[in-house]
Amino acid sequence: MNLKMLGAFAAVALLAACATPPVTATSGAGTAVAAGPAPGSEQDLVKNVGNRVFFAFNKSALKPDAKATLDRQAAWLEKYTQDNVQVAGNCDDRGTEEYNIALGWRRANAARDYLVAKGVAANRITTISYGKDRPIALGDNEKAWAQNRNATTSVR
Amino acid sequence: MTDRLLHPTRRRLLAAGAAGLVLPGAARAQSLLAPQPTAPAAAPAAPAAAGAGTGSAVIDVDRARASPIPIAIPSFPGDAQLGQNIAGVITNDLANCGLFRPISPAAFINAGATGAVPDFQNWKAIGAQALVTGQAATLGGGQIQVQFRLWDVLPQTQIQGTAYTTAASNWRRVGHMIADVIYERLLGEGGYFDTRIVYVAGSGPRNNRIMRLAIMDQDSENNRFLTDGRYLALTPRFHPKLDEIAFMSYVNDRPRVYLFNLGTGRQRVLGDFQGITLSPRFSPDGSTVIMAQTTPSGGSRIVTVALNGSASHALTDGSAIDVSPCYSPDGTQIVFNSDRGGDQQLYVMAANGSGVKRISFGGARYGDPVWSPRGDLIAFTRIGGSTFGIGVMHPDGSGERILSESYFCEGPTFAPNGRVIMFWKQTPARNASGAGYSTHLYSVDITGFNERAVVTPTDGSDPAWSPLGG
Repeated sequence: MNLKMLGAFAAVALLAACATPPVTATSGAGTAVAAGPAPGSEQDLVKNVGNRVFFAFNKSALKPDAKATLDRQAAWLEKYTQDNVQVAGNCDDRGTEEYNIALGWRRANAARDYLVAKGVAANRITTISYGKDRPIALGDNEKAWAQNRNATTSVR
Repeated sequence: MTDRLLHPTRRRLLAAGAAGLVLPGAARAQSLLAPQPTAPAAAPAAPAAAGAGTGSAVIDVDRARASPIPIAIPSFPGDAQLGQNIAGVITNDLANCGLFRPISPAAFINAGATGAVPDFQNWKAIGAQALVTGQAATLGGGQIQVQFRLWDVLPQTQIQGTAYTTAASNWRRVGHMIADVIYERLLGEGGYFDTRIVYVAGSGPRNNRIMRLAIMDQDSENNRFLTDGRYLALTPRFHPKLDEIAFMSYVNDRPRVYLFNLGTGRQRVLGDFQGITLSPRFSPDGSTVIMAQTTPSGGSRIVTVALNGSASHALTDGSAIDVSPCYSPDGTQIVFNSDRGGDQQLYVMAANGSGVKRISFGGARYGDPVWSPRGDLIAFTRIGGSTFGIGVMHPDGSGERILSESYFCEGPTFAPNGRVIMFWKQTPARNASGAGYSTHLYSVDITGFNERAVVTPTDGSDPAWSPLGG
């Protein structure tokens, strides 16, 4: 169920990328830059890199697709050295509040440790956990819970 | 003679006999000497010197559960509106606890009769086992005086008589205090009606939920919000003596344990810790807070800290997730939640961190352990396959019982007498936009009897019960 669902996510992400290819800013002087995320911005991260990695129920181990996303984040951070990021760990709400804050912390740290291992300076990354209190999916089914078990990177 | 003073900021219970120290706005209780009951048939009842316990505890709680005590609570004469209001508070408290059966006033015979001693035949005729009479008066200077007497109808004896003088704004508290006296005198153990609940009031969309601290009386009255909702506020808990609450707040995206002073409204971060601090509870003597602190390696450990933020001690090493610590009422042991064995379970250790022992073995995950004020039970949240449960077990892990089970329930808190647990339930969303999602407070007797919804103006979660009078 989880894997199937994540497969569906990946497909959606690819379609989105095809439908609106990242706009390359032309460098000619005086040329207006077409709409699109500014390179190095939060939007750039979300749209072109992937700001979230997902976890199995009650787990904080990074799955292969999560590592692939974090590899892209590490490369992006290497490019945009002015950016610092926060990694927030989140949980589905099929668990207790206090335990989930600790579980989200462990997820955020798993992602942070991976980025650091890939060469990102540790002092560019802060971590936080929202436990189960900041879900992104509002439903109550396995698909929604899977989306809510994540570590989300944002530009600070 | 018993004298009790009510401090204006609620935390009262000054020593008996401090009669000269009546504070502005404070309430004072004094005992009423019993009028001699002109009991035609009863054996000579000792005149009830109130507070001296001459009346009997007529029934035990187990019997009252099976057969609630029939009690008559006619409106108190004097200031009729006040008297009716006070009788209403008492009636509501006693009915809601499930151990009393207040008799409908429609059945009363000549309830308005005045006189120091009731006409017991009229109360016996309608099946009342206990009778509450009283008088309510508005005094000058914004003060009220409420007298009440508790009678045992069959032997025709006065069990208790007390007069309360206090600021008029305290009228509901007087009703709760009388209900507590009735509970204690008829059931032989302390009540829990003169208490408050601090909880998290939830509103707004699920993905951007506003979560504010709120406080109300245990009967849902006098609700007020303590924080403005700018930051997530979670897991409030009462100090055992002071007018203070420990809770977790996400101020400036730095989630930490804070102390909130109910008298001044001021809040301050507790201690100077790296990482996140969470799941606070006060020690039984109120001198320290025990809580969890996340570690740089991704785990969390149990720490204690003095209220001024000094003298922090780590009790576990933080290689696993250790959260939700709670002291036993004698302060010698700590129950907490850990995944050190590979899954979320309950563990008990000595107060110095030694002798860690797992106690939950029910084939599920367990969280939110909280020790009963009586010391004999630990309540918890049980996470089963598709349902959650609120349950209790003995501190050695034996005797597990589930009191309430549903799609989602969490976060037990004990009433100060250990007889009732409050918790919260969540209803699932019906669709992907979150419609149908809600959170509400509930209470249930520790036998699983008398589960009731606890009304809150908004959604409610994370309840914590105050001490008696707190």
